[in-house]
Amino acid sequence: MIFLLILSFTISAKDTPDDAGGSITINVYNIPEGTEQIELYRLTKGDTLFEEVGLIPIFKGELDDATVMDGVLYLYKATALTPDTVYVAEIKEFASSSPEWFNKSRTSVLLFIALFWVVILVYIQLAKKNPEGLFIRKLPPLEAMDEAVGRATEMGKPVLYVPGIEYITDAGTLASITILAKVGRKVAEYETRIINPHFDPIVMTTAQETLKNAFSEAGRPDAFNKDDVFYLTSEQFGFAAGVDGIMLRERPGAIFLQGYFYAESLILAETGYSIGAIQIAGTNATTQLPFFVAACDYVLLGEEMFAASAYISKEPRLLGSIKGSDLAKSVLLVLIGVGVIFGTFAAIKNVAGNPVYMEIFDRILEFLARTAE
Amino acid sequence: MSISTSIWVWIAALLTLMIYSFLYKENPFYRLAEHIFMGLSIGYSVVILWYNYILPRIYEPLFFPPHQWSLIFPILIGMMTFGIFSEKYNWLIKYPLAVYVAGYAGVQIPLQLQTMILRQAEASFLTPDKFTSLFSSFNALLIFAGLVTTLIYFYFSAKREHGLGGASQVGIIFIMIAFGAAFGYTVMARISLLIGRMQFLIQDWLGIM
Repeated sequence: MIFLLILSFTISAKDTPDDAGGSITINVYNIPEGTEQIELYRLTKGDTLFEEVGLIPIFKGELDDATVMDGVLYLYKATALTPDTVYVAEIKEFASSSPEWFNKSRTSVLLFIALFWVVILVYIQLAKKNPEGLFIRKLPPLEAMDEAVGRATEMGKPVLYVPGIEYITDAGTLASITILAKVGRKVAEYETRIINPHFDPIVMTTAQETLKNAFSEAGRPDAFNKDDVFYLTSEQFGFAAGVDGIMLRERPGAIFLQGYFYAESLILAETGYSIGAIQIAGTNATTQLPFFVAACDYVLLGEEMFAASAYISKEPRLLGSIKGSDLAKSVLLVLIGVGVIFGTFAAIKNVAGNPVYMEIFDRILEFLARTAE
Repeated sequence: MSISTSIWVWIAALLTLMIYSFLYKENPFYRLAEHIFMGLSIGYSVVILWYNYILPRIYEPLFFPPHQWSLIFPILIGMMTFGIFSEKYNWLIKYPLAVYVAGYAGVQIPLQLQTMILRQAEASFLTPDKFTSLFSSFNALLIFAGLVTTLIYFYFSAKREHGLGGASQVGIIFIMIAFGAAFGYTVMARISLLIGRMQFLIQDWLGIM
């Protein structure tokens, strides 16, 4: 006896999980054979007519309706069109969307951040107790900064410091401000001039305060000229043109390009090179590093900027962050190493029939056997 | 040959030449173009700020129904930024900065961690599909070696002794190879920009081609 079970075409609608609201997920089940397209319609509570929402991809059987408003009730129906029949499925109850407070799909990220946070807090406490105990290796560009300021002073030329074209929220800009304090102190000690043009007014204010403090710390508050720290423009290439003009007119002996840069990086570094200034660059914009490497004398590569900022300030929070991120790198290396071992064995197992791999594998085993002897 | 009669094309062409004169040396023409460029860009930013932010996001929601009175709080926090103009009240700027930096960090840290660290680490695992041929196997192992040695290069809290020194030296070689490739690629893109400007001068302005 043969039992024939015919499953009917159905639809379900529920609030899209783990989102910020404004979306209902519609699923269709038991799509009839030969269906050419599935159309989705929606009725808002209080209305009398269904409106078309769109097509549900047949291979997926699911569509997120992201055109809904939170708290409003909707009724959905779908029609599956085959060459000779139209199947209709409708939900029985109204559905509505709402935002979720917690995105469960990011739980792993939360755990990773929590772990990272605890590690950094531990290192900050250690750094507070014994700042000299946390080792950070020396970076050659940092050593060269004093030399660059000295060279500019000997030549009777000013120092130009460009803090990039990002806002104060950017980590690179914050690191640049710390480096500016070091350069500022040295400039004040050597009694030379520092020119500091800006792309953003808030960064400019922060830099003014930083330099003012640096000059005071060096015992030369009178030498600080507030007008040398100025706003140029917030337009990328307008700023580049302005800084290029300053380079050519003022002819600085040392140029510091520290911060986040975009396409103007090469224009600035090339102009600095053309006037013969010693250039020390640093950026966390990895796409711009090649240009600085090509045109500058010293470069702080990406994360080196943050390490430099910690090295200069000896600030426990920064030292703790650097140690914490180094530990995170170690954890990642171990994870990747474990992945490599398992992946390699899986690969060898998967391609066991392949003579090339088997030969390599056999030779490795032979080598290991010989080493063991 | 038919030289353009449009005044705007002439202005654009002359400004382009003024900027290019920088290649010879700093001169009054470059200086004029530079200052026009900076002045215009500041004026343009102010207009954009007014029409894209102040009018639609502050003025209209506050003064037209339905009034969004809750906007007053972020506006007040934002206005504290103007404290920088006063010697007495410049401490006020700390509050908008704190809100701005903390909000930005809250949004960016999970996002960056997920996309730049966890996904990248996952993608670097050597899975069987990366060993389908001798070339792809070599490629996978090369990328793996590059990744590990580059990470070691950026390890700051240990002395570069023993294996770490050698590994970081290999890491910097990988980094420089990547920089060389990126440099060449971008120079090609910049040359296409130059070609575009030359086309403008030769075709649109001089009408030669």
